[in-house]
Amino acid sequence: MARIGVFVCHCGENIGRTVDCARVAGEIGKLPGVVHSVDYKYMCSDPGQALIKQAIAEKGLTGVVVSACSPHMHERTFRRAAGGAGLNPFLCEMANIREHCSWIHEDREAATDKAIDLARVIVEKVKRNVPLETIRIPVEKRALVIGGGIAGIQAALDLADGGAEVVLVEKEPSIGGHMSQLSETFPTLDCSQCILTPRMVEVYQHPRIRLMAYCEVDAVEGYIGNFKVTIRQKARSVDETKCNGCGACQKACVVKNVPSEFDERLGKRTAIYVPFPQAVPNIPVIDREHCAYFKGRARGMKKDACGKCKEACARGAIDFAQEDRFVTEKVGAIVVATGYELYSIGKDQPAAGLKGYGEYGYGTVPDVIDGLQFERLASASGPTAGKLLRPSDGKVPKKIVFLQCVGSRDPAKGIDYCSKVCCMYVAKHTMLYRHKVHDGEATVFYMDVRAAGKGYDEFTRRAVEEDGAVYVRGRVSRVYRDGDVVKVLGFDTLNGTPVEIDADMVVLATAMRPRKGIEKLAQTLSVSYDRHGFINEAHPKLRPVETNTAGVFVAGACQAPRDIPDSVAMASAAAAKVLGLFSNEMLEREPTVARVDAALCAGCFHCERVCPYGAVEHKEVRDRKGNLLKVVADVNPGVCQGCGTCQATCPSKSVELMGFTDEQIYAEVNALAL
Amino acid sequence: MRVGYYPGCSLHGTARELDESLRAVAPPLGLELVEVNDWSCCGATSAHATSHLLSVALPARNLALAEEQGHDQLLAPCAACYNRLASARHAVACDAALAETIEDVLGRPFPSTVAPRNLVEVLRARLDLLRERAVRPLTGLKVACYYGCLLVRPSEVCSFDDPEDPVSMEEVVTATGATPVAWRRRLDCCGGAFSVARTGSVVRLSRAILDDARSAGADAIAVACPMCHSNLDFRQKALVRRGEAELPVLYLSELVGLALGLDAETLGLGRHFVDTKALVERALASKPGPAAKPGPRPSAPAAAAKPASPAAAGTEAV
Amino acid sequence: MNATLDKTSFEPRLTAFVCNWCTYTGADLAGTSRLQMDANVRIVRLPCTGRIDPLFIVKAFERGADGVIVSGCHPADCHYTSGNYHARRRFAFFKELIEFLGLPEGRITFSWVSASEGQKWREVVNDATARVRALGPFSGYPGTELPAWPAAGAPAPNPAPGGGGER
Ligand SMILES: Cc1cc2nc3c(=O)[nH]c(=O)nc-3n(C[C@H](O)[C@H](O)[C@H](O)COP(=O)(O)OP(=O)(O)OC[C@H]3O[C@@H](n4cnc5c(N)ncnc54)[C@H](O)[C@@H]3O)c2cc1C
Repeated sequence: MARIGVFVCHCGENIGRTVDCARVAGEIGKLPGVVHSVDYKYMCSDPGQALIKQAIAEKGLTGVVVSACSPHMHERTFRRAAGGAGLNPFLCEMANIREHCSWIHEDREAATDKAIDLARVIVEKVKRNVPLETIRIPVEKRALVIGGGIAGIQAALDLADGGAEVVLVEKEPSIGGHMSQLSETFPTLDCSQCILTPRMVEVYQHPRIRLMAYCEVDAVEGYIGNFKVTIRQKARSVDETKCNGCGACQKACVVKNVPSEFDERLGKRTAIYVPFPQAVPNIPVIDREHCAYFKGRARGMKKDACGKCKEACARGAIDFAQEDRFVTEKVGAIVVATGYELYSIGKDQPAAGLKGYGEYGYGTVPDVIDGLQFERLASASGPTAGKLLRPSDGKVPKKIVFLQCVGSRDPAKGIDYCSKVCCMYVAKHTMLYRHKVHDGEATVFYMDVRAAGKGYDEFTRRAVEEDGAVYVRGRVSRVYRDGDVVKVLGFDTLNGTPVEIDADMVVLATAMRPRKGIEKLAQTLSVSYDRHGFINEAHPKLRPVETNTAGVFVAGACQAPRDIPDSVAMASAAAAKVLGLFSNEMLEREPTVARVDAALCAGCFHCERVCPYGAVEHKEVRDRKGNLLKVVADVNPGVCQGCGTCQATCPSKSVELMGFTDEQIYAEVNALAL
Repeated sequence: MRVGYYPGCSLHGTARELDESLRAVAPPLGLELVEVNDWSCCGATSAHATSHLLSVALPARNLALAEEQGHDQLLAPCAACYNRLASARHAVACDAALAETIEDVLGRPFPSTVAPRNLVEVLRARLDLLRERAVRPLTGLKVACYYGCLLVRPSEVCSFDDPEDPVSMEEVVTATGATPVAWRRRLDCCGGAFSVARTGSVVRLSRAILDDARSAGADAIAVACPMCHSNLDFRQKALVRRGEAELPVLYLSELVGLALGLDAETLGLGRHFVDTKALVERALASKPGPAAKPGPRPSAPAAAAKPASPAAAGTEAV
Repeated sequence: MNATLDKTSFEPRLTAFVCNWCTYTGADLAGTSRLQMDANVRIVRLPCTGRIDPLFIVKAFERGADGVIVSGCHPADCHYTSGNYHARRRFAFFKELIEFLGLPEGRITFSWVSASEGQKWREVVNDATARVRALGPFSGYPGTELPAWPAAGAPAPNPAPGGGGER
């Protein structure tokens, strides 16, 4: 027979004001099986917990119900207290009479009735609870970092410096991300390459970092502490072990006019290339789509159409026959740092909600460029060697119009959020422009200037006060090419007048969006993302770098628009979280996992089909002589996360979720009718 | 096909030629226009500026009548009427409380099943017939298609074409054998209803439109809105500068009528303020083309019109 | 609460099956935000909507509930990635059974309430309560001989023996 103890908490006034706690304790005390029922001002306090321990010892309780706040608040506290008194912690449960009752009702009578119901339900459940053991799993003390932008680089370095092994996977041929494309960076205007490249080299040389560039994560299995990751090494067509990065192959390449991704298509590259001279690793890759050899192959030519790079390579590193390879890595934690891309104003959009900007010519006017293109034009390593020249005719633009919030804060174009960094980099652009073209006129159309951050507002003010940028508050309705100029038609909402500017060039501060393909990666990792594709953090305030999947963390602009300081801070935070995780030898997990009754299971494996984690395995049942009787389902408790979908699906009810068995739930439902 | 017809007040007044030309091109295009019995004002003039309820109730009444009279589409050739009808339908669809009020006000159910259609939409749906029956393709005629502000916006209400880069008028013009020119002020406002109240604004706005069409090499402007027509046609005498040639402004249905071989008088072309005679003569002079084939496109696109609009190119491929 | 049984004072009893991660937390948020709402709903916490067996709902009605709410994470937001999709599919089929069982559809409310939607949870609770209140007490599945359950708060009779297959 059950011996249940019930403890009703007043939570100071929080519960006591609307719920008659003494009446709750009294009514519940009359239930069969309840041998102890009291109320107390603060159950979670030391004396409160002592009450529980004492009752367990003195009355020989077989179950404890604490009627107080939400289990999300204090279930751990009370389970620990119960455990401290020698009761299995999973025989202790909470009835939520604060968040779900006293705080949302005013009528004391009704609230008290409801509190009694809620407590009774949990009493009936606890009567059917069984002792469970926490699951302990060993931790693999290696981390996977996905994405080698500044966020990924920072996370990898912090982790490796903290003693953990790191695998850094980057999908492009080089790490560096967008920061490597920037010319100078706000708010200090220091040169981006100068602060970034040393860290890239550090990653390359770190004994505890395995850098896997030109690779992608293909599949992820397992759970916190024990992930198994399959990584696709895309064929570089260059043997990494032989190449010494001399660059002879690139000089020899006959294809020289491929638009360079690194230069945002404003410059050209060869078909065998490194994205930029400071690339890490400094090993070229053959772009098979443009390479003459591979094009010849695709056309079915018998003879090799080209082989110039192979001839030029003194070390025999060119390997046309190389294929994608797969490697698996075991890691205990994963940091996602896949960064962002910019909203394209073109007609073709990656998602149905995004509209593009017909009023700005859908990207067909050559002198209308985006912010990253401006960075490349302003960069000393860029296609114009740092001279500001406009793309159409190479003239120095004397008048540039900058448009903020293109795509951002514009629900009609599919995005309602603020991209956060644009106000700052537009101010930066006007300054860089004036530093390069002294008589240049910079006009900025803005909605608001949002420059919150240390030294940020001062920075934007400097653009206006020292570098003479003209800020016009208002939107631009149309941008089109008119002969030699780009016509900008806008509206100054402060003066209430239309504005028409003949610009030489227009720079659009387009919205930051998550990378293409992020949804697929998120699904592979079982982490959730918002409707735009940004990875969701576990809690927007209190758990900003964790995701809802234990062991997977997030850093940088793949979580929301972020600037470099934010991205770095997140990366270090994520690294600290991972190192904290790695400081345990074993992990403890709640034993809320499914169990199969092999005697009942008919082996239909519906459970296997619905399990989101692949936790259901096949188990052979044999008789004593070793003859196979049947194959049944078996749940791997390390993989199971405890959703219980298998149980609701099972036709023979032979799988049960511990802690939420059918018996327990029906008892709860029945208790409501009493 | 039988379509409910809602002429609105303009088509009985300043825009009679739109009414006439539309009724003339309907039969060859397989359209049977059935005027809605007992139609009333759409609310485009003052109602929508003074009373939100009225601005929805008036068009709703007309839609409800069309529904009662068995229509599922209602053609409103005037862009302002079209915009009112479509906006009202949208407003009711988005607001259950408003829907109830409207039914109260109308004293009849308003299930909102009738889809408002505009002139361009209806013509574009008949491009095949038009190409087939264009006995007098307007080869060589360069036309600036002017959408104005009411036809494609707001985008959530008028969803028949891209609100920022529409193509449907160009498609129709291409089917008449004429060449649409690429120009920039296709979607600008002509001053609309301020024609009387703030003539200064209308002069400035309409002049910019005419200038742009002219510099794009257009021989004529095609419109689908009585308001635009009156600003560009009726006011043009006051807008052109000395020595400048006038630019005929035609309703899209008139251009279609010319291509179908209808005569100028039937199409109401005599009612214009800017003389259309020269243009009509040019059209008549063009030798009848093989009716079954789409009108051949002129070899050299207009000088200023670099790439003709993508739509034009698309239609050509058909 | 008084036990007069006239229609106007009828206070329905609703059982809510909610997932632990989204709706339960959303209901917690409604609490921390002090959003006042009808006191007719009793929550049964489950890890995931995927765990909800339609028979729970059937049982709840059998045991005297006048209405049921089922609520979990929004599609694509499931803590367990896809449990709510399975639930959604399951309930799509279950809906076809509802009528067969003699339950007017208005007695069962399916909704998605995320951890951040305390406000929405309140609306779900109030709307469902109002709807069920208007429908009146659930008098049992047709064809089964269940004793009529009194309104909330009235002394409950002992469940009649054989009255609807105790589990
Ligand atoms: C025009 C412009 C100017 C800016 N100027 C400044 C400035 O002056 N100061 C400042 O603080 N911030 C600035 N920013 C913001 C800055 O670029 C970002 O804060 C920063 O780059 C974010 O770093 P990240 O590592 O999160 O993302 P990213 O730089 O985007 O890096 C992500 C990396 O992940 C890789 N990746 C993506 N998907 C995968 C995948 N599936 N598998 C493996 N790898 C993947 C990418 O190839 C990339 O290398 C600017 C932004 C713009 C657009």
